[in-house]
Amino acid sequence: MASEAKLPVRTPEESVSALSAMKAVFSRDLKTAFRQPQDLLNPLLFFVMVVTLFPLGVSPEVAFLREAGSGILWVAALLSVLLSLDHLYRHDFNDGTLEQLVLQPQPLFLLVLAKSLAHWVLTGLPLVMLAPVLGVMVHLEGNSVAILCLTLLIGTPVLSLIGSIGAALTLGLRSAGVLLSLLIIPLYIPVLIFGTGTVMAASESASVGGQLALMGAFLVLALTLAPFASAAALRISLSNS
Amino acid sequence: MWQIFHKLGSPKWFFGIASTLMPWLLVAGAALLMTGIVWGLVFAPQDYLQGNSYRIIFIHVPSAFLAQSVYIMMAVAALVTLVWRMKLADVFVTAVAPVGAVLTFLALFTGAVWGKPTWGTWWIWDARLTSMLILLFLYFGVMALGAAISDEKSSARAVAVLVLVGVVNIPIIKYSVEWWNTLHQPATFKLTEKPSMPAEMWVPLLLSVLGLYLIFGWLACLRMQTHILAREGRTRWVKELVQARGN
Repeated sequence: MASEAKLPVRTPEESVSALSAMKAVFSRDLKTAFRQPQDLLNPLLFFVMVVTLFPLGVSPEVAFLREAGSGILWVAALLSVLLSLDHLYRHDFNDGTLEQLVLQPQPLFLLVLAKSLAHWVLTGLPLVMLAPVLGVMVHLEGNSVAILCLTLLIGTPVLSLIGSIGAALTLGLRSAGVLLSLLIIPLYIPVLIFGTGTVMAASESASVGGQLALMGAFLVLALTLAPFASAAALRISLSNS
Repeated sequence: MWQIFHKLGSPKWFFGIASTLMPWLLVAGAALLMTGIVWGLVFAPQDYLQGNSYRIIFIHVPSAFLAQSVYIMMAVAALVTLVWRMKLADVFVTAVAPVGAVLTFLALFTGAVWGKPTWGTWWIWDARLTSMLILLFLYFGVMALGAAISDEKSSARAVAVLVLVGVVNIPIIKYSVEWWNTLHQPATFKLTEKPSMPAEMWVPLLLSVLGLYLIFGWLACLRMQTHILAREGRTRWVKELVQARGN
């Protein structure tokens, strides 16, 4: 099934531009993902369930939830992105698509970037869209919910991009899942700090422009640097197998 | 110039150099470290505020210092691994990572022991403590990845990528943690940083930092030698060496 979606194939007469190759990789990833909708749903369900654990496990009181809510949502989103990262390269690695990607004449980091963006559209974006509902459930106020969604919107692509490095490094290893978390969680900490910090500042009605700008800087940094590291890691992992 | 560069990449050459260097490193390092620690623990004056409890600084600061600079050294070696594929560089990274982790742990542990009498608590989510904890996590990640990949060459290169990603992140982590901390609590702990240390205090501190550097150099050589022997076990010079030592 998955192999039906075509990769960009270069014929001698017409060479595929990098941009259209990226588009092809991107749309192929979306297509293959939508053929297994349950895989798309699982991280979202995980997100909702982890958030549910906190009122049950710590305290259902409004005061606690209002204070901790943004942190809970951010941690839950971070964990569910982390869990979904295994899928980023795994299927393509198993059926050999990844080797074909590495062999493409287009720069690998651009294709990796396209894959990371597809991963974000499939996991990060649904989380952002689900966040307002959960935000209301943990009694965040209206403005905080909006800011929370905004921070998640800026932050989750960073999670996908950094995560792609870890996914590439642990490709084809035994117990890759736990190892991936070990490698990636320390790198996620700045995003988490700024994500929750911005919402906190918003709830104290302080200005959040600076923090949002810093998160934007993280995004730019991740967009420009992470694909290179991820591509290098992919080449290493493929030469290993 | 290039010849030196080539030689540096040869495990055999390094093995010999390390063997001659190691006794010097050990003796000088141990002498400096002992002088620094004994001077600091016994002869240096008491702190007017903290009494004797500040003396742990003579262990705390050197290990924290080393913990950070070992990671930087690893990052440089990682870059060399990726760019020039130098064998010794990746031997260095794998050999030294556990040492760095132990030093980081030592810094955190002595920090906790120091924190109890001065701050009244073992642990506080202060910016510096947290960033050291994250550094420890980074070391653990490097070690875990290195252990997970069985093929030596790709293990070394994968670890090198991870170390470089980590070193790009270290300033970000440090800065963000500092920002996060100041949001929640004012910087009350700066009083433990003695603004103007008398010479009787900072000289032994400097000595023990230098001593620990030399000891680290010795340990790095020793561990690298062990790794080289394990890796080059099939080569002729290792067999000859082992036979010569065995007889």
